[in-house]
Amino acid sequence: MANLTLVDNKHLGLIINRLCYQLIEDHGTFNDTVLLGLQPRGVFFAERIVEKLKTISPKANIKYGKVDPTFYRDDFRRSDKTLLAQPTEIPYDLEGKKVVLMDDVLYTGRTIRAGIECLLEYGRPSSIELMVLIDRRLSRELPIEPTYLGLSVDSYDNQKVKVIWNGESGDKVQLLTDK
Amino acid sequence: MNRTLSVKHLLGIKDLTKEDIELIFSQADEFKEVLNRPIKKVPSLRDVTIANLFFENSTRTRLSFELAEKRLSADIVNFSASTSSVKKGETLVDTVNNILAMKVDMVVMRHSAPGSCLFLSKHIDAAIVNAGDGTHEHPTQALLDAYSIREKLGSLKGKKVAIIGDITHSRVALSNIYCLKKLGAEVMVCGPSTMIPKHIQSLGVKVEHSLRNALEWCDVANMLRIQLERQEVSVPYFPSLREYSMQYGLTKEILEGLSKKVVVMHPGPINRGVEITSEVADHTQSIILEQVENGVAIRMAVIYLLAQTRRTEKEVV
Repeated sequence: MANLTLVDNKHLGLIINRLCYQLIEDHGTFNDTVLLGLQPRGVFFAERIVEKLKTISPKANIKYGKVDPTFYRDDFRRSDKTLLAQPTEIPYDLEGKKVVLMDDVLYTGRTIRAGIECLLEYGRPSSIELMVLIDRRLSRELPIEPTYLGLSVDSYDNQKVKVIWNGESGDKVQLLTDK
Repeated sequence: MNRTLSVKHLLGIKDLTKEDIELIFSQADEFKEVLNRPIKKVPSLRDVTIANLFFENSTRTRLSFELAEKRLSADIVNFSASTSSVKKGETLVDTVNNILAMKVDMVVMRHSAPGSCLFLSKHIDAAIVNAGDGTHEHPTQALLDAYSIREKLGSLKGKKVAIIGDITHSRVALSNIYCLKKLGAEVMVCGPSTMIPKHIQSLGVKVEHSLRNALEWCDVANMLRIQLERQEVSVPYFPSLREYSMQYGLTKEILEGLSKKVVVMHPGPINRGVEITSEVADHTQSIILEQVENGVAIRMAVIYLLAQTRRTEKEVV
């Protein structure tokens, strides 16, 4: 595996900052908004965003939860991996709310589809937006596009884009190539 | 943590590792959350068909399994011996093979013969879940009991659990002993000497014949039902139900007179006034209804994990 760092800790901080300001521009006080991190790795990304939002806009009424797409995935009994569930924590009624779903890497779009199906069980939101840190835009298998985007990456299928949270040199995004 | 179960079937707790049990518990946590959602159903098992074969009567286990299967969106077929061809002399393997010919992926079976689930697992190609085989094991009951204790007391390690009542005829007792020991709890069985199997100490459990001593020792008391249907009339195990209840029945006075708060459990169905009184069954220290609620989550976890393992195995071959 050859590793290439696409985004280092400092750059990632800048991206998160920009995404936060975009969110504030669109959602204002966040009164009608619920932010949801997708389990497992989207939660790290969502937590960074929530943390930053609270420092930029301390008075905003930020509602944050976690959603686990496992039980809604379309590869149950079809993949070699066992699909194990992570906690879903949505302590809010989503009826009529503006939901922002967050994940670290958008690849085929199948996880996002499962995540959307899961959160719909908690009520009918007025809208669902998608925020991703990395968009592997050439690999989509479903018609799903991000509303808020950190960085677009073009990659091959034998490559893997991995976001390392809390690594030795802080957070970073790496492109791993299988040789 | 392990990502898959080490077994293809759930025949008994004896075959499970501690890691298997912990994996089932961690998934049951997530299913419990699902059961508290506005929409209590997930689509995971859309293409899985499960046959519930109940050769022996059951109300709550059967309902609990059925509900667990429906909450997972599996297709189910039900079967009970009283309305089937078993009455016409068909063998177990034939009955089940006929059902499997209809493309069933999993079989949940209760049968009066100990070992019937093991026998079936050797003869047919489907995942088997034991829902009680005679006086042998009742693994999902033991899992939900341990899960309920973990939920109430935080962990099983070092906890003292007394299983009280008819130990000889109880599959719940045997499965509970295996499960609790694997999770690091101390276990005591308590009952009249006629209802405690010889050599049960070889399973690493304490034996006690006084209800009060057992209650003073334990953190959790699991009260078992007297299984009159399994006792041969010619061999009396105790003089009368009234005498049993005088010596081994748990009353409010005994429970509240203890030096500590003991958690009371019962696998059901309860004979109110025999092994426990109504006041104890409805007492704040009783977690009988929590057990029933947790039963659905535990059974969802078991079915979900077995359904995945099965597919992985097939693909390796």
